[in-house]
Amino acid sequence: MRLTCPNCGERDIREFTYQGAASMLDRPDPEAGPEAWHAYLHLRDNPAGVTRDLWHHGCGCGAWLVVTRDTVTHAVHAVELVEARDAG
Amino acid sequence: MRVEGKGRIDRGAPLRFTFDGHTHTGFEGDTLASALMADGVRLMGRSFKYHRPRGVTTAGSEEPNALVTIGSGARQDPNIRATTQELYDGLEARSQNRWPSLGFDVMGINDLAAPFLGAGFYYKTFMWPKAFWEKLYEPVIRRAAGIGALSGEAPGDKHEKAFAFCDVLVIGGGAAGLMAALAAARSGAQVILCEEDRACGGRLLAEVEEVDGQPGADWAAALEQQLRDMENVRVMTRCSVTGAYDQGTYGALERVAHHVGDPKGAPVECFWRIHAKRAVLCAGALERPIAFRDNDRPGVMMAGAMRAYLNRWGVVPGKALAVFGNNDNAHRTARDLQEAGVHVAALIDSRADAPNLAGDVPYYAGAQVSRAFGRQGLEAIQIRLPNGKVERLQVQGLGVSGGWNPSVHLSCHMNTRPVWDDGIAAFVPGKDAVPGMSVAGAARGRFSTAACLQDGAEAGQVAASALGFVAEVPQVPEAEDAPYRLRRLWTVPGKGRAWLDFQNDVTVKDVTQAAQENFRSVEHMKRYTTQGMAPDQGKNSNIGALAVLADATGRDIPETGTTTYRPPFVPVSIAAIGAGAEGKGYAPERFTTSHDASVSAKAPMIEAGLWYRPSYVPRDGEKTWRQSCDREVAMVREHVGICDVSTLGKIELQGPDVGQFLDFIYVNGFSSLKPGKVRYGLMLREDGTVMDDGTCARLDDNTWLMTTTTAAAGQVMTHLDWAQQAFCNKLQMRFVSATEQWAQFAVAGPKSRDLLNALLDAPIDDASLPYMGCVSVTVGGIAARLFRISFSGEHAYEIAVPARYGASLFDHLVALAEERGGGAYGMEALNVLRIEKGFVTHAEINGTATAFDLGYGRMISPKKDCIGKVMAARPGLVGEGRQQLVGLRPVSAIKEMPAGAHLFDDGAEPVRENDQGYVTSTCFSPTLGEVRALALVRNGRARHGEVLRLVDHLRGVDMRCEVTDPVAFDPEGGRLRG
Ligand SMILES: [Zn+2]
Repeated sequence: MRLTCPNCGERDIREFTYQGAASMLDRPDPEAGPEAWHAYLHLRDNPAGVTRDLWHHGCGCGAWLVVTRDTVTHAVHAVELVEARDAG
Repeated sequence: MRVEGKGRIDRGAPLRFTFDGHTHTGFEGDTLASALMADGVRLMGRSFKYHRPRGVTTAGSEEPNALVTIGSGARQDPNIRATTQELYDGLEARSQNRWPSLGFDVMGINDLAAPFLGAGFYYKTFMWPKAFWEKLYEPVIRRAAGIGALSGEAPGDKHEKAFAFCDVLVIGGGAAGLMAALAAARSGAQVILCEEDRACGGRLLAEVEEVDGQPGADWAAALEQQLRDMENVRVMTRCSVTGAYDQGTYGALERVAHHVGDPKGAPVECFWRIHAKRAVLCAGALERPIAFRDNDRPGVMMAGAMRAYLNRWGVVPGKALAVFGNNDNAHRTARDLQEAGVHVAALIDSRADAPNLAGDVPYYAGAQVSRAFGRQGLEAIQIRLPNGKVERLQVQGLGVSGGWNPSVHLSCHMNTRPVWDDGIAAFVPGKDAVPGMSVAGAARGRFSTAACLQDGAEAGQVAASALGFVAEVPQVPEAEDAPYRLRRLWTVPGKGRAWLDFQNDVTVKDVTQAAQENFRSVEHMKRYTTQGMAPDQGKNSNIGALAVLADATGRDIPETGTTTYRPPFVPVSIAAIGAGAEGKGYAPERFTTSHDASVSAKAPMIEAGLWYRPSYVPRDGEKTWRQSCDREVAMVREHVGICDVSTLGKIELQGPDVGQFLDFIYVNGFSSLKPGKVRYGLMLREDGTVMDDGTCARLDDNTWLMTTTTAAAGQVMTHLDWAQQAFCNKLQMRFVSATEQWAQFAVAGPKSRDLLNALLDAPIDDASLPYMGCVSVTVGGIAARLFRISFSGEHAYEIAVPARYGASLFDHLVALAEERGGGAYGMEALNVLRIEKGFVTHAEINGTATAFDLGYGRMISPKKDCIGKVMAARPGLVGEGRQQLVGLRPVSAIKEMPAGAHLFDDGAEPVRENDQGYVTSTCFSPTLGEVRALALVRNGRARHGEVLRLVDHLRGVDMRCEVTDPVAFDPEGGRLRG
């Protein structure tokens, strides 16, 4: 498997670490209540098809990436920088 | 035996080798199989289950029978296919799976017990009584049923791994592959051509036919050379592509030095990971057998293999040979044999209407071979004539052809199923089976040489063009273009055992029996009979077994389906896949700048992650580690000690918004920290448990230095990357790991300031550097950082210099300490000092402990949000039910309190249900003169003074101890500030 890091270009999978679902980016408000926090931390979809997850380019630039890929075909549709998001 | 005038071997270069201790001679260009066949050896191995005598069946990597062990001891290599093992002078080969000898094998008794060892015998015969399975049946079966064995010694051969990149990868260097590579290469694309054999050519090396007016093998050799001469082409021979993976990644095994006696330091194998933008699969086709009674006798082989042995190596398995097939291709074997002067006793074609294409040979149209005779080697065959009568014919070799199966394997590695092609009665690759990979030549059922050349040329052109290269289809040379005619025949009916899977000893009857017992799915049949589960992965037997299953279940083949093809295409040794990751490659060593000094001082070095740190630094007269450790603790408490703390993670943060960022990372506030000050901080995971702790210093307005524990340095860095990029990307700040850039040493003890003032260019005092302060200093003109922090409870400092000065500074510090009655101390003393003070490490920060548990609950600032804050307050993570940090001191005659021991109410039975907690850290405290421990105890903070029962079932300890405050020494902290 290969990923194209927006900073570093196309690299082998060994440079990256899988870090879970991209929904971790949607951090609830501290006052959102236990259900929202429970869902954020513990509940995950397990789609057959398109999924968005987080990868860390630890052996490269250190960027956290949102990878859009297909769990059925293994196609990688997009790799985006977490930092480029409009947040925080 | 050899056939004069035939073969592409060098008769002027004889090579001596041994097989089972007997010396033989072959020639340069031989394989082990061809050289043995030349010397009349037909029996080369014993079968897996029934220990039946077996001989060579194929001429390639798909060989199921002729598996041998090469070499011995540390260089012993089991399960090497004699058909791909190139001969070299001095080669030592041994047969496998036989005792005491290949000719007489005691386990051959299994063959007589066959009625009990049929399909599913593992599941039926040995089910009862249950205990017998582990203790009796399994070990016996394992010893009896097996193939080659490892020597048990560490491997003496080197293995390597490597990466390669190209525009177009061509898999297979036969007629199609050569043309594909040529087409792509001429466009300027970077091309890698992988060929499993020692030379390109594929079937052209095994056939008598012309390409472009010259012998096919010569044409192939010339084109291979032409490709090798091109700068943008890499031809890799002896290299099998083993798997197709995501995003154009291919695995390949290169046999670098299996063909020489002395590798001269070269690895024997190299495992390649090739990344290709496009690939063309030109893997050719494999001939398939026809099952008939005792068709596994040594001397029975594929017709194409028999032809290869004749044409390429000039050998045949005996004086009188026969050929049996259901297609035109079988006739070529009879023709080539006859033209080479070998006696062809019969050509038997199951098709009644097929014309004889072999010339002047006895021809049996519409007949079938129904039985083979000769236990240790073929002696005769029985031919069933169209009129039903049988005829017996003396032969020593029989070539069999049931047609050809395209090598679709790699096209299936991404989970696409192959497609049945009724015209050739075989599976061909599915459309777009692997993204970026096309298939050409025999691998997709184009069997004539002319078709392969044309198909390959076009596929190479298409692959290069798709990448934007201007590619043309090269001129395709003139070549053989005979049609492929076949009428399907899978098995010859009759009594006795007809073999499908030679390697796993599966017969036609086993498959029909599986179907009768309702294992009708091909995946179930496979597992029930073990068909296709041997190292050849069913390359020789899958389609035949499928056809039998289809017939037995009244379905057609496409309806019955295929099993899943998985990598690797050929067996790959673990040593090759894991090359570079064994020994220190698995766990590289990280050394501090004081490493050499510690080793010179005879300090035992212990692992701390990848780092190595001194356990203690022994002095003359000290006989045990405890003596050294106690002395080092006393040294720090009374004088001054030096300890290398460079392994702690150091992250330097810069920017005006760092304080705000740290407020979000740590539970306590940091933005209020003044320049020149240090603060202890605790960080949580988002689920509310503690991730790590450490100090963070504000060096100046915009520069901060975070310290992590040694164990969590990498994790914290990744965590900061996450928090900053995901949630704080608008903040003006950056950070970088500086762990290896700085050497840092603890200077701890009442004489620490005195020592430093003898070292520093300008002296310090309590006003210029109070407790939890930091300043820039110089040492001999070198800029250094000085922190007044303590992990020992003593008046202490940590001094940091650029790493290149570390070794020198350490020596200097130790010398100054020794002048003051102190010296270097190691991990044991460091641990004792912190346990005495109740400071936590990852023994306490155990992945489940919360800030509340460790007694740091009040550190969580109510004024701001931070990672983990919400969840740290959730029910279940706070309160009386939690195990909380306490100290322990012994109150019974037994003083030992081992880490890992569990705690129970005094008098309670020491069982899991009564568990109150466990000991996390323990030491003998020389300062207090007794054993002290830290523990996590249920509701522990409310239980100070209570006596508990401490039990360690593993070490046999059962004692009583008192719960205390975690801080056993100097609870007021006066020594820190003194
Ligand atoms: Zn990157």
